[in-house]
Amino acid sequence: MFYREAGQFKTDYRSDMAVFPILQDRIAIGAILALMFIVVPLVANDFWLNTIFIPTLIFSLAAIGLNILTGYCGQLSLGTGGFMGVGAYSCYKLTSIFPDVNIIIHILASGFFAAGVGVIFGIPSLRIKGFYLAVATLASQFFLEWSFGRIPWLYNYNDSGAIDGVNRSLFGIALTEPYGTPAFQYLVVLSIVVFLTWIASNLVRGRYGRAWMAVRDMDIAAELIGIKLLRTKLLAFAISSYYAGVAGAMMVFLSLGSAEVEVFDIFNASFPILFMVIIGGLGSLIGSFMGAAFITVLPILIRGAPSLFGFEIHAATGEHVQLMMVGGLIIFFLIVEPHGLARLWQIAKQKLRLWPFPY
Amino acid sequence: MSQGSTQTKAADAPGGTAPSMHRDDVPQLHTEVLLDLTNVSLSFGGVKAIRDVSFNILKGEVRAIIGPNGAGKTSMLNVINGFYHPQQGTICYKGKTRRVMRPYIAAGQGIARTFQNVALFKGMTTLDNIMVGRSLKMKRGLFWQILRLGPAEREEIEHREVVEHIIDFLEIQHIRKTPVGKLPYGLQKRVELGRALAMEPDLLLLDEPMAGMNLEEKEDMSRFILTTNDSFGTTIALIEHDMGVVMDLSDRVVVLDHGIKIADGTPDEVSSNHKVIDAYLGVA
Repeated sequence: MFYREAGQFKTDYRSDMAVFPILQDRIAIGAILALMFIVVPLVANDFWLNTIFIPTLIFSLAAIGLNILTGYCGQLSLGTGGFMGVGAYSCYKLTSIFPDVNIIIHILASGFFAAGVGVIFGIPSLRIKGFYLAVATLASQFFLEWSFGRIPWLYNYNDSGAIDGVNRSLFGIALTEPYGTPAFQYLVVLSIVVFLTWIASNLVRGRYGRAWMAVRDMDIAAELIGIKLLRTKLLAFAISSYYAGVAGAMMVFLSLGSAEVEVFDIFNASFPILFMVIIGGLGSLIGSFMGAAFITVLPILIRGAPSLFGFEIHAATGEHVQLMMVGGLIIFFLIVEPHGLARLWQIAKQKLRLWPFPY
Repeated sequence: MSQGSTQTKAADAPGGTAPSMHRDDVPQLHTEVLLDLTNVSLSFGGVKAIRDVSFNILKGEVRAIIGPNGAGKTSMLNVINGFYHPQQGTICYKGKTRRVMRPYIAAGQGIARTFQNVALFKGMTTLDNIMVGRSLKMKRGLFWQILRLGPAEREEIEHREVVEHIIDFLEIQHIRKTPVGKLPYGLQKRVELGRALAMEPDLLLLDEPMAGMNLEEKEDMSRFILTTNDSFGTTIALIEHDMGVVMDLSDRVVVLDHGIKIADGTPDEVSSNHKVIDAYLGVA
């Protein structure tokens, strides 16, 4: 950065292992959190909160989940949407079976169901690797989609075949979509996302994170050091699916209000989240946020751009142009910087350290 | 980093003698058998990689396995640390005959290993690579790992200290936080040794630790190997093609050729053995 770490000496291992070892970084992250928690809810209008901030945060959480599995543990998965669906549907069932329990507990608990399902579909990962594993997880995606549509018990035998919004409140204030206000929903989503991101950062820096990365980089050597491959991979599947499940539950109850199977299908969930992880940067938590913001905000920008320059295009044309441009940008981006936004961010920081006197 | 039973070494090299000084002139007193292989045979389909080989490794010694290319040396190491399962023969480690073996079980029993072509975790830093070597020693479960406070943090710092000792020993402080994929080959080899040492092994298997190194790097690596053997009492089995290194470092040498053991003994005995000379130079 344009500030230097010069003069900030570490005298014990504890301070050397900190997430933000440099004072200025700690100030910056504090400022960003204050901005997100205080300024954004006050300033942003409902449109911004509903279309940009809340979806970005929810997708970030799902992207962190997939990043733990794919970026850290090296297991390619196309089943994220399915696991999000498991979270959403189990949260729905929990709210109807235990209507008196707090919705936050339901949301956090529904992740465990997703984790369980994730572990079951992660078992093939011991034998199958890479693209073949991706296809195996694709099978789980199709199976779960089928279950959501075909098992009426999951959606409480509704005529619509979808999850309906339920009215739940937190601290006596209506929270769930469509009953609560976007600002309150935003704050709850943000709190959960920040909390789970903190946990993820603890995990990836500790012995499990190292075991995951070891399995990713060289599984034979990892096994030789005493890491049990199946257990390590299944733990990654469990935690990854937990994050996806919580994201799915939040998506239905704090963002959309109701959901059909299509919300969690491969084109609306699994692929976009994989793109977020790849564009943001594999093996980077901050990259998950960047990727989620990129994929969520880009279509909105492209849709808004023509009217900004004063000419109108037909809505359907806009839709097609948007798809083409997003696709083109993803390809362009992957060619220019295959390691994602997180790497760009690192490079920028490195360059700024020497600025204005690079050698 | 104590494995006990350093007394034989201590008797040989009293107080502060330079590690490499005592080997030629003082007889070695290794008696306890750490690993005993009896009539081991390994084949892949019709290819017989190892045929009826027996030898043992004594506790505290440096044992070299040499032989021409394709002699079955690496297969031998793979058998020892559980990658391959020999079709015939028995392996007795620490007095127990081995049955089903997986590499992670071998790791748990104190067998560490480096590879011929470096097998580091390329995306991770030197520090993290060596920390992975501590995996088996770290016990705090998911709950504490999630919080990373109290016991989990203390455990992390405890092991970090051990790892820093290894980093000091191998003189790689300056690359502590460099991703190993960016390091030159010689340093990667050193980091890999560090990762194996972090496991505090009883038996350390080194597969061509000097391959592709220049003279200075070889001297450094030899120093690290001897010091490991002397001060930690680690038993070492190494494969190496540099005969100068093998003859200097090892207490006993076993020679394989086409999967068959052709000689076994001290470096002097082996280097004057006709079968060995024939295997290396070809029979006239």
